[in-house]
Amino acid sequence: MSDPLALVPKDPERQTAKDFKTDQEVRWCPGCGDYAILAAVQGFLPELGLKRENIVFVSGIGCSSRFPYYMNTYGMHSIHGRAPAIATGLASSRPDLSVWVVTGDGDALSIGGNHLIHALRRNVNLKILLFNNRIYGLTKGQYSPTSEVGKITKSTPLGSLDSPFNPISLAIGAEASFVARTIDSDRKHLQSVLREAATHNGTALVEIYQNCNIFNDDAFAPLKNPETRDDVTIRLEHGEPIVFGANRDKALRRSASGSLEVVPADSPDVLVHDATNPDPSLAFALSRLDSPTFEHTPIGIFRNVERPSYDELMRTQIDEAIAQQGPGDLAALLGSGDTWRID
Amino acid sequence: MTKQVRQLDRVIIRFAGDSGDGMQLTGDRFTQETAAFGNDLSTLPNFPAEIRAPAGTLPGVSSFQLHFADHDILTPGDAPNVLVAMNPAALKANVGDLPRGADLIVNTDEFTKRALAKVGYAANPLEDGSLDEYRVHSLPLTSMTVKALEDFDISKKDAERAKNMFALGLLSWLYHRPTEATVRFLEVKFAKKPEIMKANIAAFQAGWSYGETTESFSVSYEVKPATLPPGLYRNISGNMALAYGLIAASVRSGLPLFLGSYPITPASDILHELSKHKRFGVRTFQAEDEIAAVGAALGASFGGALGVTTTSGPGIALKAETIGLGVATELPLVVIDVQRAGPSTGMPTKTEQADLLQAMYGRNGEAPVPVVAPATPSDCFATAVEAARIAVKYRTPVILLSDGYLANGSEPWQVPGVDTLPQIDPAFAQPGQEDFQPFKRDPDTLARPWAVPGTPGLEHRIGGIEKADGSGNISYDPDNHDLMVRLRQAKIDGIARDVAPLAVDDPDGEARVLVLGWGGTYGAIAAAVRRIRVSGDKVAQAHLRHLNPFPANLEEVLRSYDKVIVPEINLGQLALILRGRFLIDVIGYNRVRGLPFKAEELADVIRDVINS
Ligand SMILES: Cc1ncc(C[n+]2csc(CCOP(=O)(O)OP(=O)(O)O)c2C)c(N)n1
Ligand code: SF4
Ligand SMILES: [Mg+2]
Repeated sequence: MSDPLALVPKDPERQTAKDFKTDQEVRWCPGCGDYAILAAVQGFLPELGLKRENIVFVSGIGCSSRFPYYMNTYGMHSIHGRAPAIATGLASSRPDLSVWVVTGDGDALSIGGNHLIHALRRNVNLKILLFNNRIYGLTKGQYSPTSEVGKITKSTPLGSLDSPFNPISLAIGAEASFVARTIDSDRKHLQSVLREAATHNGTALVEIYQNCNIFNDDAFAPLKNPETRDDVTIRLEHGEPIVFGANRDKALRRSASGSLEVVPADSPDVLVHDATNPDPSLAFALSRLDSPTFEHTPIGIFRNVERPSYDELMRTQIDEAIAQQGPGDLAALLGSGDTWRID
Repeated sequence: MTKQVRQLDRVIIRFAGDSGDGMQLTGDRFTQETAAFGNDLSTLPNFPAEIRAPAGTLPGVSSFQLHFADHDILTPGDAPNVLVAMNPAALKANVGDLPRGADLIVNTDEFTKRALAKVGYAANPLEDGSLDEYRVHSLPLTSMTVKALEDFDISKKDAERAKNMFALGLLSWLYHRPTEATVRFLEVKFAKKPEIMKANIAAFQAGWSYGETTESFSVSYEVKPATLPPGLYRNISGNMALAYGLIAASVRSGLPLFLGSYPITPASDILHELSKHKRFGVRTFQAEDEIAAVGAALGASFGGALGVTTTSGPGIALKAETIGLGVATELPLVVIDVQRAGPSTGMPTKTEQADLLQAMYGRNGEAPVPVVAPATPSDCFATAVEAARIAVKYRTPVILLSDGYLANGSEPWQVPGVDTLPQIDPAFAQPGQEDFQPFKRDPDTLARPWAVPGTPGLEHRIGGIEKADGSGNISYDPDNHDLMVRLRQAKIDGIARDVAPLAVDDPDGEARVLVLGWGGTYGAIAAAVRRIRVSGDKVAQAHLRHLNPFPANLEEVLRSYDKVIVPEINLGQLALILRGRFLIDVIGYNRVRGLPFKAEELADVIRDVINS
């Protein structure tokens, strides 16, 4: 199994969250879920122990995409939707870097949808954090490609008409090798997912349910409200039976038709979660459990399979070309082909 | 039978046939033979955009024109002396370009009633006297080929396919071309199909022998080698020269080359070529679209690579926003636009120069980028190196404007010594700086430091939002924005101090008319200027490689002539800029036919201006 961080230099000094803070004033609205995510990431990175200068955050445009300014690493706040493309060029030419992409639901799934799916299928070494607040925050509250049908916003006063994407289903369909979901307010869970993502070889897509308290407040309320959250959240744990509910009395099982059904926890044939299953159909079925009413919403790692990363394959082709033909010789190249000499 | 050998100083041959007839390959091989023989040459391939346009139709005609001479020449030639027409469509599409008295070699096997009707010939032109002003050689090329290959274990179809090699053999005899390299070429090309290989070689040799024995040709021709400066030569197309130039820039800068590209005619061959050179550490990334291609290149540049993206006009339109990001983040980036006829899809395989204004101004905000353009196919090499030099030294995107004519055309190129190529210093920011300022500029070049990830202590964030001068922190301060807009412009303007002054070709300094061109029209303009001088008139010529910024002496040059003619394959884009910049009313000459200018056409224009 390839370690994507094998070539990234380690910091001999012990790091703390503070090392990753910049002197820039954070400009998100008070109460925005982005703060919690920032703190969680800054709190997590010291665990990796990588040299700060070998970490890069690349973002698109949106509230979420301001993230790199607040990280004391290298960073690029690029243009709307294109961060996965820019990060692909960086990651595939610099194996000594840990490259992270920060993007929003509009950035990743609307204008940048094409780049996202292609990054996923290529399996470039990128860790993509998709801040999903189901709204366009920065442009002041239009509906987004993850907004529920009928969403009333400034641009859809009579309700939005188009069906949303489910980012997890989309990523699985796009051949992603690592797909996870977590929640801004659950720092422990968020960090546990980041831990797996960071060491995953290839592209990791982490959808983070993020509250925009200004334009889409309480979008994920059932998952956050202490009274309901345990009842409706399915915490996926690799190798564990999929049991949930406040009293852990509900479980998932494959129905005769092949889809998933909720059954009492003591039923026979309760599903055991296997994120490493090469067949993505079960992970996909899990992703379909979401509903607008959040009756049962899985969080955690849906899929985590091993496959070579694009950048290591690219590197191997170069290494093999050099091993077989020797390093390039410019004079020989320019003077190759059918030549003639004039004396 | 001993045949007469006649000496010629130059010949223009055009091979024309169906797009399935292998005319490009035939032309290419004849070119290689001619190059190896030591003539100077220039080529003009012309083919449909469709991969297999309907057989036997006018839109399906593909041709390859080659001009070769015993002296240095500048263009693929205005009109062919010899036309090889493999079918009625090829004849019909090309005969209009033939001057009286030209040789016409026709494959009579294809002149069936049906084939003639398909292109609207009511009568067979070979029989109705309509070709009387040419020297027509009516040859059953297909059946002669099939007959020559009787003993080979191949299908009739494969035998018929070899007719282009028969024709090549015949032409090779007619012009005394060396044949060894073509035999070797066929051996390699068909290495996996030995029967086909042997058949093609046999057809090639049969064509040659036919020339020797037939009475159709009583004369063969010799064109002596040209006297070019001593050195090692090879034939090179514009796209190949761009690919080599980029590799050379990578080697001479020590920066690994990263190409992000999305296939598009006529630029794809640069991607194809570079993808073969992994041993130089070249990374080629075929992206999902042009936006991703330039994005990945810019990302690689951020990481300290020589980021390059190659495309044609429609792709430049898609890349505009990212080029703007490159302007704002001030990172090196080479953007190659192999221009084709537009707007929109236009005519993908036809040439044009109509992307100049897009390159100059096609971005939001004040977003100046240097623009350079090669003059000839082989000049693409040096221009690519120059684009990379400017990009790295000034930390800026640079747009290189090639075109379809340069891309596919070819000419002999004197292989430069590696030591003669410019050295490019990336001058990366070094670790150990207190209070690093990513937008503190070099006082001479106004370039900012290039601090790549992995450099300890220089961690910083860049982006498209306006930055404070020096610190690079986000800034919405009005005066700072005005300052930054001006600084970015001043940085690009200042490059004028770092490029050679515009050279003017005005032999005795007495010309009153200057012809100023840019890009791929160089050859046609220079050939026209020669004709004017031969006829005793005086005219000066200058050609711009640097379109932004202009060479520092451009205004002075323009002002020292009474009249300035600016021929362009667009509706006057350089002329517009010159008028706006210098208030000089240059005289435009504009034809936008998807084809290069002809020397005679430009000579007429120049003559008219001189006499007016
Ligand atoms: C090319 C382009 N089009 C439109 C915009 C305007 N724009 C900026 S951010 C944004 C949507 C952001 O939504 P999302 O990605 O969900 O991020 P959030 O603000 O919610 O974090 C839009 C439409 C832009 N910056 N660039
Ligand atoms: S608009 Fe919403 S997403 Fe943007 S900063 Fe404010 S709360 Fe956060
Ligand atoms: Mg959003």
